[in-house]
Amino acid sequence: MPNAVPLSWYLILSAILFGLGVAGFIFRRNIITVFMSIELMLNAVNLTFVTFSYQFKQVDGHIYSFFVMVVAAAEAAVGLAIILTVFKNRGTLMIDDVNSMKY
Amino acid sequence: MNLWLIPIFPLLGFLANGLFGRRIPKALVNVFAVGSVLLSFAWVVKTLLGLDPIETKYIEHYFTWIQSGTLNIGVDFAVDRLTAIMLMVVTGVGTLIHIYAVGYMEHEGGYYRFFAYLNLFMFFMLVLVLAQNYLLLFVGWEGVGLCSYLLIGFYFTEQFATTAGNKAFIVNRIGDFGFSLAVFLIVRKFGTLDFSKVFDAAKGLPVEASIGVLTTITLLLLVGATGKSAQIPLYVWLPDAMAGPTPVSALIHAATMVTAGVYMTARSAALFIKAPITMDMVAVIGLATAFFAATIGLAQTDIKKVFAYSTVSQLGYMFLGVGVGAFSAGIFHLMTHAFFKALLFLGAGAVIHGLHGEQDLRQMGGLFKHMKITASTLFIASLAIAGFPFLSAYYSKDAILVAAYAHAPWMYWIGVLTAGMTAFYVFRAWFMAFTGEYRGHAHPHESPLVMTGPLMILAVLSIFGGFIKVPHILESMFPEGPENLGLEMLSAGVGVVGILLAYVFYVLKPNLPESFAKGAGGLYTLVYNKYFVDEAYDATVVEPLIEGSRTVLWRGIDAGLIDGTVNGVGTRSRGIGSILRLAQSGNIRSYAAWVVLGSIVLLLAIGFAGDLR
Repeated sequence: MPNAVPLSWYLILSAILFGLGVAGFIFRRNIITVFMSIELMLNAVNLTFVTFSYQFKQVDGHIYSFFVMVVAAAEAAVGLAIILTVFKNRGTLMIDDVNSMKY
Repeated sequence: MNLWLIPIFPLLGFLANGLFGRRIPKALVNVFAVGSVLLSFAWVVKTLLGLDPIETKYIEHYFTWIQSGTLNIGVDFAVDRLTAIMLMVVTGVGTLIHIYAVGYMEHEGGYYRFFAYLNLFMFFMLVLVLAQNYLLLFVGWEGVGLCSYLLIGFYFTEQFATTAGNKAFIVNRIGDFGFSLAVFLIVRKFGTLDFSKVFDAAKGLPVEASIGVLTTITLLLLVGATGKSAQIPLYVWLPDAMAGPTPVSALIHAATMVTAGVYMTARSAALFIKAPITMDMVAVIGLATAFFAATIGLAQTDIKKVFAYSTVSQLGYMFLGVGVGAFSAGIFHLMTHAFFKALLFLGAGAVIHGLHGEQDLRQMGGLFKHMKITASTLFIASLAIAGFPFLSAYYSKDAILVAAYAHAPWMYWIGVLTAGMTAFYVFRAWFMAFTGEYRGHAHPHESPLVMTGPLMILAVLSIFGGFIKVPHILESMFPEGPENLGLEMLSAGVGVVGILLAYVFYVLKPNLPESFAKGAGGLYTLVYNKYFVDEAYDATVVEPLIEGSRTVLWRGIDAGLIDGTVNGVGTRSRGIGSILRLAQSGNIRSYAAWVVLGSIVLLLAIGFAGDLR
C-alpha cells in the first residue's frame, strides 16, 4: 500500500474528533448539542475501527462499525423522542434544569 | 401387659377435655376426666394382679428414643414392687380426688380447663413412676412441674395466684438444674441411664474409687429432690402453692407430686447407699425440715397453710426415713401420708366450700353441727397424722423414727418432738374450725355426696392404711427396719400429749393462746412470719437477681451492647451514605466528567502495567 496516508494520521484525527465530542458533551448545556457530541464520539470510534480494519485487511472492524451505526440510529430515534417530550413538558433544553430525578 | 395403657388414658382425657371441653356439656367433661383416671386405676389393678407376685422387675421396651454413640435411651416402662405401690397410690388417690373435684369445682369458671390440666398431671405422674430410665423419669418430673405451675396459677386473674405459680416453677428450676447435672454425670460415669444397668454397675463399683463421683451424683439428685419435694432450702414454694384450687393442693401438693423426690431417692437407693455422706445430708435435711416446718405450722391461721407446712414437715419425715437407710419406711409413710393428707386437704376444701371461700381459721368455729361428715373424717385424718395408736401414721411414722433411733438417737428425739408439734397444730386447726362458737358471717353447709364420698373412703384408708405392711412388701428390695415397741409407744404418747395440749389451749381455755403468744413475744412474731425466710430470700437472692438483670442484662447488655451494635450499624451506614450521596449530583455532565476521568486513569494504569502494546 504505497504512498498511502500513514495510519497514525487516521488515529490522530479520530482522537481529535473523540476529544471534541467529549468536550462538547461536558461543556455544552443544550441537550441537542450534547446529543450531537455523542454522535461525534461514536463516529470517531467508527473511524478507528475502519482504519484498523483496513490496516489489517480484516473485515471485523467494518462489522463493528455497522453495528455502531445501527445502534446510533436507534439511539437517535429514541433520544430525539425523549428530547422532544422534555421540551414539550418543561419548555427548556438546558440539561442542568432536567434534574428532578436527583436522589 | 401393655403398661403404656396406664398413662395413656389420662392423656386421652386431657386431649378430649383440652380440645373440646369448651363445647361439650359438663357431664361429658366429668366422664372424660374421671373416667380416664378410673380406667387407668382399673388397668393398674389388672396389671398388678396379673404380675402378682412381682418378684423381679417386669420391663416393657417400646422404642429407642435417643441413640448416640454407645448411649442408648429407650422409652421403657417397668413395674416392680416399689412402682406398684406408687401406681396404686397415684391412681387410687387420684381417682378419689378427681371425683371430689367434680363437686368442688362445680361453680368455678374454666371447669374443663381444670380437669384437662389435672388429667395431664396424672399422665406425667404415671410416666414418672413407670419410667425405667432417668431421662424418662425426668420427662415426667418436668411434666408434673408444668402441671403444678398451671394449676397453682389456675385463678390466673388473681395476682397472688400467678405469682405463686411463677415462684413454684422458678424454685423448681433450681432443683431441676441439679437433677439434670446428676443425669449428665450418670451418663458420663456409667454410659447409660437405664435403672437396672446403672444400679448393677453401681453395686459392682469399689467403694474407695467411686465414692467421690457417687457422692457428687447423689448430692445433685438430692438438690433435685429438695426442689420437687419442698425440703430446706427450696421448700418456700409449697406453702404459696396453696393459691391453687384445693383438690390440686390435695393431689399434687400433698399426695403425689411432692413425694416424687422421695420416690426418686428410694429408686436410686443403690447409688445412695454407696454415698454415706449424702445419706447423712438427706437425713439431716429431712429432720431439719420436719422440725422447722412444724414450728411454722403452729402459728398459721390459714387452714390450708397449716396443712401445707404440715406437708413440708411430713415430707421431711420421709427424707429422714430414706436418709437413715429405711427406704421402705419412707415409702410406707409416703403412702399413708397420701391417704391422710389428701383427706386433710379435701376436708379443708369441703370446709372452704361450705363457707363460700373462707380459709381463715379465726373466721370459723363451731362448724361440727353444720358439717358432721367433714368434721368426723377430718378428725380421723388428724388422729392419723398425730400418730394415734393403730391408725396409719402410727405405723409408718414410727417405722421411720425407730430406724432413726438405730441410726442416731438424737434424731429420734427431735423427730418425737416434731410428732408432738404435729399433733398439736392439726388439732389446733380442728378445734378452731369445728368447736366453740361460729365466728364468721357465711352460712355453713355440708358438701354434697360427691365430695363427702371420697372423704369417707380416704378416712377408711387413713385408719387401716397402716395394716398394708409396705416394709414387708418391699423386703426383697430394701432390708426391713428394726422394730421397737417401746419407742413406738413413746412417740404415740407424745402425739396424744400434743392433742391434749391443743384441747386445753383451744377448747378449755380459749384465752390461753393469746396470752401465750404475748408472753412469747418476739418468738411468736418470728414463727408467725415463717422466720422471715421469704423476706430473707427476697433480700439476698430475688432482689439482687432482679436488680442485676435490670442494670446489667437489660440496660447494659440488651439495651447497651446488642441494641447499640444494631443501631450503630444503621447509624454508621447512614453517615457513610450521606457522604457518598454527594457524588450522585444528578448533573449529567459531572457524571460524564467522572467517566472520562475514570477511562483516563484506566488507560494510564494499563499503560504503566505494560500491557498496552
